[in-house]
Amino acid sequence: MDILRFATAGSVDDGKSTLIGRLLFDSKAIFEDQLEAVERTSRDRGTEYTDLSLLTDGLRAEREQGITIDVAYRYFATPKRKFIIADTPGHIQYTRNMVTGASTADLAIILIDARKGVLEQSRRHAFLTTLLRVPHLVLAVNKMDLVDYSEARFDEIREEFTAFASKLNASDLTFIPISALHGDNVVSRSENMPWYEGSSLLHHLEHVHIASDRNLVDVRFPVQYVIRPHSATSQELHDYRGYAGQVAGGVLKPGDEVLHLPSGLTTTIAAIDTFDGPVEEAFAPMSVTLRLADDIDISRGDMICRPNNQPHVAQEIDAMVSWMADGVKLQPRSKLIIKHTTRTARALVRDLHYRLDVNTLHRDESATALGLNEIGRVSLRTTQPLFVDDYARNRLTGGFILIDEATNGTVGAGMIVDAH
Amino acid sequence: MLQRDYTTSQLDVLEAEAIHIMREVAAEFERPCLLFSGGKDSIVMLRVAEKAFWPAPIPFPLMHVDTGHNFPEVIEFRDRRVAELGARLVVASVQASIDAGRVVEQTGRRASRNRLQTTTLLDAIEEHGFDAVFGGARRDEEKARAKERVFSFRDEFGQWDPKNQRPELWNLYNTKISRGEHIRVFPLSNWTELDVWHYIRREGIEIPSIYFSHSRTVFERDAMLLADSTVVQRGDDEPTFEAVVRYRTVGDMTCTGAVASTATTIDQIIDEIAATRITERGATRADDRASEAAMEDRKKEGYF
Repeated sequence: MDILRFATAGSVDDGKSTLIGRLLFDSKAIFEDQLEAVERTSRDRGTEYTDLSLLTDGLRAEREQGITIDVAYRYFATPKRKFIIADTPGHIQYTRNMVTGASTADLAIILIDARKGVLEQSRRHAFLTTLLRVPHLVLAVNKMDLVDYSEARFDEIREEFTAFASKLNASDLTFIPISALHGDNVVSRSENMPWYEGSSLLHHLEHVHIASDRNLVDVRFPVQYVIRPHSATSQELHDYRGYAGQVAGGVLKPGDEVLHLPSGLTTTIAAIDTFDGPVEEAFAPMSVTLRLADDIDISRGDMICRPNNQPHVAQEIDAMVSWMADGVKLQPRSKLIIKHTTRTARALVRDLHYRLDVNTLHRDESATALGLNEIGRVSLRTTQPLFVDDYARNRLTGGFILIDEATNGTVGAGMIVDAH
Repeated sequence: MLQRDYTTSQLDVLEAEAIHIMREVAAEFERPCLLFSGGKDSIVMLRVAEKAFWPAPIPFPLMHVDTGHNFPEVIEFRDRRVAELGARLVVASVQASIDAGRVVEQTGRRASRNRLQTTTLLDAIEEHGFDAVFGGARRDEEKARAKERVFSFRDEFGQWDPKNQRPELWNLYNTKISRGEHIRVFPLSNWTELDVWHYIRREGIEIPSIYFSHSRTVFERDAMLLADSTVVQRGDDEPTFEAVVRYRTVGDMTCTGAVASTATTIDQIIDEIAATRITERGATRADDRASEAAMEDRKKEGYF
């Protein structure tokens, strides 16, 4: 059994909470005491039906105001897979939350109301999903019961969205006609839509192939922590020096020739250690400890790669930045802390090339700053070299966060598009 | 093309993520500690810590907030496990907080030291200068926890502000804090109750005996079975009886209920949990029943 992480995009009106509620309920991830609490609250508020969105709205302010403030994580499992849902709200601070939820997602579900068709917000959701390079996208055309389960209506929406998605360079795209309320094509195939020959949503989530979405080509091992037991009692442990980290790309094997950055020195992997014994290969997302044949001065923030396949060693970085701060804006001359893999440096904003309208994809080159929930292309200069790849090639070595030096808050997320 | 299928099992993914989180804390904070109660989640967390730094010892102390109302079996287990690992254990005592006048003991039949723990915990964090505190909380436990970050910022009063949390992207964690503030770190955020039990089975980890079915003198209160003990005030209208039970969570004797169960092995426990229709906190914790937002309110004050 493996894990699929998916993000859901859409508003309550699209039936998102109903869909999540149904997936959780049908997979027995909602318990009786939770359901009773929701039924009680629904009754107290005078709602006629059991409001399943109450299951996901966890904070008092959310329940009082009937809104969702933050990304909520939900869990369910079937015999095939464990699922982690990043449930992002539809309105307030939408971009920030969706970018956050999509950053770790293998798949995103965008909900469309079959009566309304492809709206501006559907396009925004699709754009953010592709910006964050979520490998699989599902367009769930919901409320099919309200359009008489019409194949023609479904085809119309599919064609319109496909035309738009081709401009985005969207990844694997799947369309599923559903009714979350009645359960059509959610868990099992619907008898109301015999014309639909694809799988149900849950079947698709259970079977979509994700293992090869990870980068298995470019060896990238950001050194996270150096393990030195300094044991006085064991001679073997006294000299032990291991480089611990989580593989960010490629497949590492004992005997492989590797290159260390920033030194540029080469050596070979002597062993790949874990608590449970040495392993014959390591790949993302494994956390392992490398021992190397030669004594090289290696510390946290360094990178281990292959001599013939190295990341860019860069202090000048171009990236798409999603700004997440409420008060302070990003503008040229802003100084920030940048955290990229295990390396932290300071960064100076050299230029803001344009601000992107996430609804129309229009590039506003006259923009002088990025505010909350705005996205733009930015040039940064860093105090130390970073070992980077294009985000499109590797999300783990192509993504970074920006931290405000004054407040220590996380104020931005960046996706590298060019580095030198 | 690659021939091999590079699929990773859910327990391996969760373990790798938790190891990464622990190493990140050890690398970036000066004085971390790990909250160890002897409960199943903290037992799993401790095993992950062992793995993260092996063959070196765990590079931070453990801390237990002892209410004085713990199950004796669990305290015995805690001390044995700490000794096996050669770890350093800091015990923060609620009784000491009461004796020092920092908190006032509740009175009456429903008196519990549950809420008092927060003061003891925050005092201990300040006294020892801890800047990162590992907790075993999981997002599937409770809806306020479903929205909490893996690295959860606490101000100088130890408070959690759910509306002003730091965005968390990819596997990049913001560890920046000012003096007096700290971060609560939850390496098991993405684990479910069943994941924890599957991991305990896979790893062959020992757990306290009270998790398995046993015979115990109990009484009923609020549809929960509480153990008859000197720390719980029982009314004349609350008769005791013998029952075959086990504990699904391990907390204070005053507010942790037992569940009727004949499960004597991990396999039987897993079968039982897979079939249950009640959440673990709903089944066993009086402290969460106080109100719809009981956990959220305690967390804001600085609770675990």
